[in-house]
Amino acid sequence: MNDTIVAISTTTGVGAISIIRLSGPESIEIASKVFTKDLSNTESHTIHYGHIKDKEEIIDEVLVSVMRAPKTFTREDIVEINCHGGVAPTNKVLEVLLKNGARLAEPGEFTKRAFLNGRIDLLEAEATMDLISSKTDKARKMSINTLTGETSNLIKELRDDLVGIISNIEVNIDYPEYEDIEVLTNEKIIPSIKLFKEKLEDIIKKSEDSRVIKEGIKVGIIGRPNVGKSSLLNSLLEEEKAIVTDIPGTTRDIVEGTIVLGGIILNIIDTAGIRDTRDVVEKLGVEKSMHIIDSSDLVIFILNNNEEITEEEKELLQKLEDKKRIIVINKIDLEPKLDKSNLNNYIEISVKDNIGIDKIKDEIKRLFNIGIIEANDMTYLSNARSISLLHKALKNIEEAIIEINNNSPIDIVEFNLKDAWNNLGEIIGETYTEELLDELFSRFCLGK
Amino acid sequence: MNYEVIVVGGGHAGCEAAASASRKGHKTLLVTGNINNIATMPCNPSIGGSAKGIIVREIDALGGVMGEVADKTLIQMKMLNYAKGPAVKSLRAQADKITYPREMLNLLRKEKNLDIKEGMVEDLIVKDNTVYGVILATGENITSNIVILTTGTYLKSDILIGSTRTRSGPHNEKPSMHLSDNLKKYGFDILRLKTGTPPRIDRSTIDFSKTKREDGDREYYTFSHTNPPVYDIDNQEPCYLIYTTEETKKIINDNLHKSSMYGGLDDITGVGPRYCPSIEDKMVRFSDKEKHQLFLEPESKYYDDIYVQGFSTSMPKDVQEKMVHSLPGLENAKILRYAYAIEYDAIYPTQVKPSLETKVLNNLFTAGQINGTSGYEEAACQGLIAGINATLKLEGKDPLILKRNEAYIGVLIDDLVTKGTKEPYRMLTSRAEYRLLLRHDNSDLRLREYGHEVGLITGDKYNKFLEKKNNIIKLTNELKEQKITVDNEKRRVTTTVYDYLKNPTSNLKEIIKTFNMDLNYRDEVIEEVEIQIKYEGYIKKVQREAEKMLKNEEKQLPVDLDYDKVPNLASEARQKLKEIRPRTVAQAIRISGVNPSDISILLVYLRKYYNE
Repeated sequence: MNDTIVAISTTTGVGAISIIRLSGPESIEIASKVFTKDLSNTESHTIHYGHIKDKEEIIDEVLVSVMRAPKTFTREDIVEINCHGGVAPTNKVLEVLLKNGARLAEPGEFTKRAFLNGRIDLLEAEATMDLISSKTDKARKMSINTLTGETSNLIKELRDDLVGIISNIEVNIDYPEYEDIEVLTNEKIIPSIKLFKEKLEDIIKKSEDSRVIKEGIKVGIIGRPNVGKSSLLNSLLEEEKAIVTDIPGTTRDIVEGTIVLGGIILNIIDTAGIRDTRDVVEKLGVEKSMHIIDSSDLVIFILNNNEEITEEEKELLQKLEDKKRIIVINKIDLEPKLDKSNLNNYIEISVKDNIGIDKIKDEIKRLFNIGIIEANDMTYLSNARSISLLHKALKNIEEAIIEINNNSPIDIVEFNLKDAWNNLGEIIGETYTEELLDELFSRFCLGK
Repeated sequence: MNYEVIVVGGGHAGCEAAASASRKGHKTLLVTGNINNIATMPCNPSIGGSAKGIIVREIDALGGVMGEVADKTLIQMKMLNYAKGPAVKSLRAQADKITYPREMLNLLRKEKNLDIKEGMVEDLIVKDNTVYGVILATGENITSNIVILTTGTYLKSDILIGSTRTRSGPHNEKPSMHLSDNLKKYGFDILRLKTGTPPRIDRSTIDFSKTKREDGDREYYTFSHTNPPVYDIDNQEPCYLIYTTEETKKIINDNLHKSSMYGGLDDITGVGPRYCPSIEDKMVRFSDKEKHQLFLEPESKYYDDIYVQGFSTSMPKDVQEKMVHSLPGLENAKILRYAYAIEYDAIYPTQVKPSLETKVLNNLFTAGQINGTSGYEEAACQGLIAGINATLKLEGKDPLILKRNEAYIGVLIDDLVTKGTKEPYRMLTSRAEYRLLLRHDNSDLRLREYGHEVGLITGDKYNKFLEKKNNIIKLTNELKEQKITVDNEKRRVTTTVYDYLKNPTSNLKEIIKTFNMDLNYRDEVIEEVEIQIKYEGYIKKVQREAEKMLKNEEKQLPVDLDYDKVPNLASEARQKLKEIRPRTVAQAIRISGVNPSDISILLVYLRKYYNE
C-alpha cells in the first residue's frame, strides 16, 4: 500500500466527462508532473483548471480536484481528474499518469484501501472482498486474453527462446565442470539475442497497431477544393448516424468528427477548410496536405473523375506511397476525364449517388487487419499494461546487448535476460523459479 | 545428569550443532552410532561447489567449523565460475576422507562443554508436546532441555543393489529402526527419500593414460575468512575426466530391468533428486546422448579408493562389474566398493519453523537430511543454525533467522519451511533471486556481525573483520579522490579511479600497479571494493527488489490466525496457509498456490483482526 494507484472511475466512452482517480502518497506529486500547474501547495478539497500534458504536448483540458489525506475516500491523498469523455483522451491521460509513476489499480483496490485505512466498515468491506475475489480471476483472464491468441503464443515462443539461453547459462554456473554441455559465452549468444530483440520489437509494433485501432484511427481526408471531401465526410457521418463531437485532441491535430465504423473509431482530423465554402482556393496546398499526411494513420486522397490530374496531385501521390492510404476517385457519375493508367488500387465512388462508400469501409478494415473490435475498456487497460511490460522486456534486452558489447561477465548479461523473461511472463501470468528449475533439469543431463 | 543440548547424529549437521552449542557455553552431548564415523563423507570426496562453496563461506562467517576443517585437510582447491561473474564464483575443495573426519573429531574433543557418546537413539522423552531428552536402544534415558536431530540417512534406511534390499545405513552402519515411527507417533508426517552413490575403484588398477587430467588452481584460496592457507599449491591431487562408451550404454540398456529403480525392486517409494540421477536414469531420460562425462576423484592421500563421480547406480554387482570395465582406462579395474541406492525417512520440512525448531514438538530442532536436504554443506549450515537457535532459546533470546537477501542459508531454510520439498533439496544459484548480493567475497560483510552477536565470532576473528570493513571504506574514499589520465576511444580523459572502474574490463590491481599508486591493501579488500564499484548499478537494483520483499517481511501474521475464519480464500490457498502457517506476509506470498488475490483478502481480514 505504499504505492500510488490510478484508474478510470467512470465508464469510458459513455458519459460526456470521464473521471480518473489517483490514490496514494504520490498522487499530488504525480498529478503535478502532468498538469500545467504545480499542485504541491494547494489546499485540500480544491478544484483547479488547466491542461494535462505529456511533456510539452497538451492532451486535454481538465478540472483537477485535490483532496488531501485523511479526509478522503481511501484516507490517502486523492487527485481526481475530470476530462473529456472520449475514449482517446481519457486513455491518453491515464497512460501519462502510468508513465509518471502511478500503478494501474486492481479491481476493488480503492475500496480495499478505504477499508484497510479504516474508512469504511466491515459490511462494506466484506462486499468488497467478494468483489476482489470474483473480479481478480476475471481480471487475470482478461490480461491473458487481451493479447490475441496469436500474440500470446508469440510471447510464449519468445520466452521459450529465452529460457533456452537462460537455463543453459544457469547449468554452466551450477555445473561448471561439465564439459559435455555447451558453455555459452557472450559471443555465442549475441546472434540469438539480436534475433530475439527483432522478434520482440515486431510484437511491440503489432501490439501498438492494435492499440491504435482501439484508440481510434486518425484519418485525414485530402484533395482539391470541390473534389467532394466534405460530402464524403457528411455521407460517412450520416450513414453511420454517428455523433460528431468537438474533442480537443493535441496541438498538432484537431479531431473534428468521430465516426464509429462497424466498431472501429475513425477520428477525422484537421478537417479545417473541408466545410469552409468561402475558402475557394484553386490550389490544393501541398504543404498543408503534407501536414495532414504526417499526423494521420490513414489518408483518404480524393481525385476528381471529371478533371485531369494536376502536377500537385501527382507529387502527393508519390509522397503517399509509403503511407496507409486510400485513393478515391469521386464523381464517377460524371464524364471521365481523369487518366487512370498510372493509378492502381483506387476506389471509384459517387458520393452524390451513394456508390462505393462501402468499399472505402472495407478497405479501411483490410488495411488495419481487423475484424470486429469489441468496445471494452477493460481490454484496453490490460493491454496498456501488457505493452508497458513488452517495453520493459525490450529495455532489458537492450541492456543485455550493451553488457555483451562491454565484455561483462555472463552472469551480468543473464541478469538482464532473466528480467526480460520475468517481464514477459507477467504478461501471460507465468512467473518464477520453479519453472526455471524444471526447465534446467529437463533440458540438461546432470548428476553425480 | 542433565544436558542443556543433545545432538543426535555425528554427520556434518551434527558436528556444527554440537560445536556451536558447546562453544556458546552450553553443556552439550553428541550421541552417534559410531564415533569413528563422525564427519565422514559417505558420498563425494569434495566440499563446496557452485553455491555450496558460498554456503561454506557463510558457515565460516557465522562461526561454524566446516570451512576451517576443510582448509586444513583439502587435497585440491578450485575457484569455480571464475570468469562468469562476481556473484557466481564459488570454491570447491577435494577433501581427504581420512583427515577431514579426524580433524573434525579432534576439534570436537577439545570443546570442554561437549561430551561425545556412542549410542543409537530410538525414541524421545516427550511430555505435553515438549521434548525432554532421548531414549537409547539400550533403554538408557538421557535428559536435556533441547534435542537437535541430525539423523542423516539413518532413519529406517535401506540399501538397494539390484533386486536386494537390506536394512542398513551407509557403509554397513546400523540404522535407527524406530525413531521415525516414534516421530510419526508424535505427529510428524514422514517422507521417504532416495539417493545413491557410485562405485569406488582401486587406483592401482586404472590406466590413467586414457583419461584427461584435471588439476587444482594455481592460486591460493581458503574458505576461512581469518586463517591463511596451509595446503601446498604444488602438491595437489589431480582428478581425471573420462566418458562412458557405446558399450556402457548397451550394458545398461540390456540390464535396465535389473536396476532397483527399473523393476529390480517393485516396492520403491523414495523420491530421488533430479540433479543427481543414477547413470541408468541419465541413459533413459537422455537416450539420444551418446556419452556421459565422469570424473575419477581420489578419496584420500592415505588409501587407494577412486570415486567415479557421475556413475551412481543401483544395478546388481555383476552388471556393475561389466559397466565399470566398459569405461576407458578401467578395463581391468577392481571395484573396492559397489554402488548402491539408499532409501531413508525424513520429515516434511514444512513442519519446521524458520528457527529450525519443529512445530510439532517444543524444544526439538531438526537439521540436515532429516529436513529433506542433500549435501554436506546444506546439512552443515542447518546444523549451525539449529545449534545457534537452540542455545538462543535457552538464553531466552530471539532466534537468528537469515533472510533471502542475506545468505544462501536463508534461501535454503526459507525454501524448506515455506515450499517444502518432494526430492532431496540441493542448493543451486538459480534458487537465489538476490544472488548478486550473496557472493563469495562478501560473506563476512553479510554475516560476521551476526556471528559476533550470537557469541561465536570474538577476539582476533572479529577484530580482523572490523579492520577489513574499515579498509573497504577507506579504499573506496581514496579511489574517489585519486585521478588518472587514460585513453578512451582515442581521447585522453582524466577521471577518478572510482569512475574508471565502472568500465567492466578495468582491473583495480592493474591500475594500482600501472599508476604506481600508494595503496597498500590486502587483495580481499581490493577485490571487494572493485566489485562494489563495478557492479554498483546492478547491486542497487537487486537491493531495491529485496527491500520490497522486506517490507512484506515486516508484516507479521498472528501465530493463532484461524484461516478457516478468513472468508473468500481460495481453497488451495487456505489449505497451504493452514499447513505452512507463514510468519509474515512475505512468506505467504512465496507459497505456491497462494495468489495475489488471496493475499489481498488476507490483508483485509487482518485489518479486521487487529481492530477487534
